[in-house]
Amino acid sequence: MPSNAFLGVFAKSPIKPIEEHIKIVHQASESLIPFFEHVFKGEWTEADALRVNIRNLEREADALKREVRLQLPRGLFMPVERTDLLELITHQDKIANKAKDIAGRVVGREMVIPESIQNEFVAYLSRCVDATKQASKAINELDELLETGFRGREVVLVEKMLSELDAIEQDTDDMQIRIRQELRQVEADLNPVDVMFLYKIIEWVGELADIAERVGARLEVMLAR
Amino acid sequence: MDIIASHGSMLVLIAAAVGFFMAYGIGANDVANAMGTSVGSKALTIKQAIIIAMIFEFAGAYLAGGEVTSTIRKGIIDAAPFADIPELMVLGMISALFAAGTWLLLASVLGWPVSTTHSIIGAIIGFALVAVGSEAIQWGKVAGIVGSWVVTPAISGFIAYLIFMSAQKLIFDTDKPLTNAKRFVPFYMGLAGFVMSLVTIKKGLKHIGINLGTFEGYALAIGIAVLIGLIGKVFIARMKMDPNADKQMQFNNVEKVFAVLMVLTACCMAFAHGSNDVANAIGPLAAVVNIVENNGEMAKKAELAWWILPLGGLGIVVGLAVLGKKVIKTIGEGITHLTPSRGFAAELAAASTVVIASGTGLPISTTQTLVGAVLGVGMARGIAALNMGVIRNIVVSWVITLPVGAALAIVIFYILRSVFGV
Repeated sequence: MPSNAFLGVFAKSPIKPIEEHIKIVHQASESLIPFFEHVFKGEWTEADALRVNIRNLEREADALKREVRLQLPRGLFMPVERTDLLELITHQDKIANKAKDIAGRVVGREMVIPESIQNEFVAYLSRCVDATKQASKAINELDELLETGFRGREVVLVEKMLSELDAIEQDTDDMQIRIRQELRQVEADLNPVDVMFLYKIIEWVGELADIAERVGARLEVMLAR
Repeated sequence: MDIIASHGSMLVLIAAAVGFFMAYGIGANDVANAMGTSVGSKALTIKQAIIIAMIFEFAGAYLAGGEVTSTIRKGIIDAAPFADIPELMVLGMISALFAAGTWLLLASVLGWPVSTTHSIIGAIIGFALVAVGSEAIQWGKVAGIVGSWVVTPAISGFIAYLIFMSAQKLIFDTDKPLTNAKRFVPFYMGLAGFVMSLVTIKKGLKHIGINLGTFEGYALAIGIAVLIGLIGKVFIARMKMDPNADKQMQFNNVEKVFAVLMVLTACCMAFAHGSNDVANAIGPLAAVVNIVENNGEMAKKAELAWWILPLGGLGIVVGLAVLGKKVIKTIGEGITHLTPSRGFAAELAAASTVVIASGTGLPISTTQTLVGAVLGVGMARGIAALNMGVIRNIVVSWVITLPVGAALAIVIFYILRSVFGV
């Protein structure tokens, strides 16, 4: 490309793909809600279709993650640290992986969630999905942050979003404790191996929110520099 | 001496042809750099960019392009040793133009970002070295050019940083960015108009025979600035805003306002580029014409022949029209998140630096100022990603252009000497 060398100064922006990535990741975690609705009803074909959907989203996210990593060769001059960006996308990607694992495990074992905890479980799950949604919202402020040079009012706005994310995550912790207690009430009537895996699933769902919080923390580190 | 008498008009013709060739190369090539940020930020379409570039490159060349010419002609090499051998000066200037034009073309094909200014300076140094030896070269001036590799990007980077930060403080980091954008952008327009018109008035108008006093000059520049600001205000007031677009920060609408400003800075940039870079093509040409017209006498105070500036301007415009489109077209994809507000800060800073420098007669490179300005915006954490590898290559090209231009000029100079038998 003759004489385009000057324009080569502008490297491809990593910010749009990162926003795109968290959007896909959030979609994957969001799909768990309809997925579990089918699980509750024992509709395993529909549930499996959703699992495949989640897996595809996870693959898409993986591809984007790889693209961002390739786009960030050494010697890029960016408003944020290269390592921070790489860690951010690594953490983001874990949300999709976790969602895929949950769906895969549940379908694979055709796990039955006891009716008595179903309501509580949906509330818990959707709160965790709220956390990934909040993380996605905060990450989507990246281009506005760039616009303001990572300073001032916009930073305050993002920090507010992140403290809300922390609050959601704490909620999910409390809900997790409660749902465990309820499961304990009925566990004697269930197959012990199923119960073991059920505890695992509850834990994993909670991890969605944990990872979302960690994504927020990475963003916070970027703002702090 | 007799070759000037016998081949005078032919030498002028050859010089005009290679001067045009050089200007053509500049137009086809450099303009993409100058207009790139506007197109990259989508403030202008390619077609609009080319039209703006044509008008303002020509205006800049014609109205403010005189000063650098004399620096290149007289400043870099000492004319005194050539007093007895003016034919060598003539052949040398022709070979310098030819060498620089060739280097420009070659580098373009290979995709290297060379500086047109430095290639012509290197070429002039080259032929002077072999024609009369190193005492003809004003090494202090050359050192100044080498110094400009650091100083120019630093100045334009600093200006870009200030402009970007002021836009942050006044517009983006406020409660109502859109309202503030509407309020302050006309002032930026006025500022751009002020810089352009001041330099035109102070440096350029005397080429077309208008002389204004200091006070009148400033008054007129301020008047033009106010006028441009007012026109901008009307334009912005008539813009259609989308109230539903991101309600909270309204940055999309703010960027729309900046896009209006970007049109003006693009004009500025083209003007600045024309005023600075046309000199590269016409400086040596003017020297040739002077010597031939004075029958070998090197006049102390040489008048610029009336047709030289328009020829250079025309060369740039033709080059741009024929090849510039291709070059500008390759822009767009792959560019960093370049929004009008960021492009504007870089471009206005670069334009101001070039215009100021061409006013003071320092032969600087447009690419340098742009790189400096972009880095300045980057420092303000305003650009998503800059490729330092490319920046390093650009800096390397600044350094190697001087010796390469010199070597090419020496080769061509010897060929011309044997052709004309001197």
